[in-house]
Amino acid sequence: MSACCSTPAFTPPKSPPPAGTLRTVVLIGPPNSGKSTLFNRLTGLRQKVANFPGVTVEQRLGLMAGVGRPDLTLIDLPGVYSLDPFSEDARVSIDVLRGKMVGTPKPDAVLLVLDSLHLTRQLMLAASVLALGLPTLVLLNMSDLMEARGGRIDALKLARELGTPVAQISAVHGTGLDAVPLFLNQQTTRKAAKPLALPVLGNAASAHNWAAQVSRSTGYHAPLSVEGTRKIDDILLHRIWGPLLFLVVVVGVFEVVFSVGQPLSDGFGVILAQIGNLMRDVLPAGWVQSLILDGAWKGISSVLVFLPQILLLFLFIGILEDSGYLSRAALIADRVMRSIGLNGKAFIPLLSAYACAVPAIMATRTIENKRDRLATILVTPFMTCSARLPVYMLLIAAFIPNIVYLHGFLGLRTIVMLSLYLAGLLAAMFTARLLKSSILKSSDAPFILELPQYRMPTLRSLALRVLDRARIFLRNAGTIILCVTLALWVMAHLPVMHTATGAYAAPELADSLIGRLGHFIEPAIAPLGFNWKIGIGLLSSVLAREVMVSTMGTLYGAEADTHALSLQTALHHDMTLGGSLALMIFFAFAMQCTSTMAVVRRETNSWKWPAVQFLYMLAMAWIAAFAVNHIAMAFLG
Amino acid sequence: MSVLSKLNLGESGILVSLDLPESVQNHLMHMGFVPDALVTVLRRAPAGDPTVYGVDGMEIALRRETAAAIRMRAADVETQEAGVAAKGQKIDTNKDLTELIEAER
Repeated sequence: MSACCSTPAFTPPKSPPPAGTLRTVVLIGPPNSGKSTLFNRLTGLRQKVANFPGVTVEQRLGLMAGVGRPDLTLIDLPGVYSLDPFSEDARVSIDVLRGKMVGTPKPDAVLLVLDSLHLTRQLMLAASVLALGLPTLVLLNMSDLMEARGGRIDALKLARELGTPVAQISAVHGTGLDAVPLFLNQQTTRKAAKPLALPVLGNAASAHNWAAQVSRSTGYHAPLSVEGTRKIDDILLHRIWGPLLFLVVVVGVFEVVFSVGQPLSDGFGVILAQIGNLMRDVLPAGWVQSLILDGAWKGISSVLVFLPQILLLFLFIGILEDSGYLSRAALIADRVMRSIGLNGKAFIPLLSAYACAVPAIMATRTIENKRDRLATILVTPFMTCSARLPVYMLLIAAFIPNIVYLHGFLGLRTIVMLSLYLAGLLAAMFTARLLKSSILKSSDAPFILELPQYRMPTLRSLALRVLDRARIFLRNAGTIILCVTLALWVMAHLPVMHTATGAYAAPELADSLIGRLGHFIEPAIAPLGFNWKIGIGLLSSVLAREVMVSTMGTLYGAEADTHALSLQTALHHDMTLGGSLALMIFFAFAMQCTSTMAVVRRETNSWKWPAVQFLYMLAMAWIAAFAVNHIAMAFLG
Repeated sequence: MSVLSKLNLGESGILVSLDLPESVQNHLMHMGFVPDALVTVLRRAPAGDPTVYGVDGMEIALRRETAAAIRMRAADVETQEAGVAAKGQKIDTNKDLTELIEAER
């Protein structure tokens, strides 16, 4: 490509490019440069989130349908400040750009997004990206804002300096994006880029000197900053109001998830039951109907019911993150996090762990210090994730009376629920303290946190987040939970027995395969107040916590005594109040999630840590459940 | 000669050098903490630490011990004046922006 082609100089090719010459395009840029918005613009809704193989760095893939090139795959690289190989994000970015990432084709072209409001600093990243010699289009995002605030840049001159085309765009308004297809259409053949006098990779001082010189020679004039964000921060980071509002936000999120989410879940449950009834009418009576309805549908719908609440929680965390508030929360929390030996940055993963530990553990990669990061990973599964909610809600609804105190402001059920959340938090804090004062001792790691400008979260990105979560949840329900419930149903109906009349019949649940397995582990859990049926639930919930609920649904569906009862009523056949409290505390502490163990294994690159974590959490859960059961027996009779 | 953590709220200084491990130093430099950069103390976190610094138009929070390893010199009169002038201008631009937005509506 010639050095002189900036936006106005683009000429569309005379004929469409031959097929197959260009396949993969990568998008790279620093954090808060509007990269995600641009990615959504370029791909529309046709995107998926996956992990780069072997590492936990998330990659988003999409077809570039948004600019009329659905034949091209766009890979969104993580937001990085530099290509210094110190962070895992940067290492992955370098590997992808060099075509060394297994399973990811070498990119044919690069789109480099820079925030025009802070161009000088951002050019330091441009230096290392351009040094890789791939065809690159530099996109100066937020150009409209820059000009409105009195900034300016000679884009043509910048293109000449960088030896690559430069376009001024606004990802939010979608202006200037026609430069992208024009640039891509020109890349019909892969040409080696002209080597430039670029600074040495990784040397920040020379990169900065180069960036400063380029921005001077292109007449870059940084825009003035706006005061809006600072005015909001005067309140949100106020000495007194800041921490108070922080508490209001955290408590408010959970309050809304329960008060608004509960009726939604109830309504959804009614719909699911209707679908079940409809199937009962359609399917002929017999073992097929039993397998589909009592096995699969009962199990799946008992978990699906919680979808509205889980999505609501993800929606709120998305709003907090996209608006920029989470960084402020990390700043406020730093002092507390420090007292347990962690870094303020650990707050963001720990908060998102309330939704799910898997993305939370992936979010720990922003913590630079390895020991701090490992400590955060190890305590994250103690945070009350949304998969525990189905279990808690079922047990609370079944065993805790609906007593209301303080004129209706505080219910006993809410108190129990909040205590469970608190128990998880305290266990996490205790474990962090323990780790940081023993095996993971380290000097205080530097805490470096950028406070981005506040922005309105876009409906589009929130919708994409929630849809993505719904998809993962439904996929789990359709695969893991379906398989487990079907296997359970089969094991509950084997071995086939002969009745006195000679017909075949299912065995009593206690005599079935699954019943025998439950009886086998019963001695280990009897001191906790759990019988063999709960034991089966515990065994199956090692896969995922919410499977417990579907397992109990399937088990009771297979038993004559409880077949017609609701799950809540049926549970009273097997548990006392003490046992149910013990079961709740067991779920608060135990590591029952294969996805989390897999992600910890990948993150720490050994089976040692997930194994240590599993055993530690299991021991803690067993001891706590034992204590709760015996205390409850002593006081509640 | 002083260090960043000794600057009071609202004060500015010119960065001289970073006495930090190379990885931390590189990271900070990519975030704008480079020699000769003008750094302003913007606000302290509610607990008094970390502190938010303004550098190159960005707001970055650092803990006291990190800021204590960043050597500073006094901002000369010219830069100080430029800072004051920029502050005065800021308000104007804001007004312009608000008018612009309102006009669009």
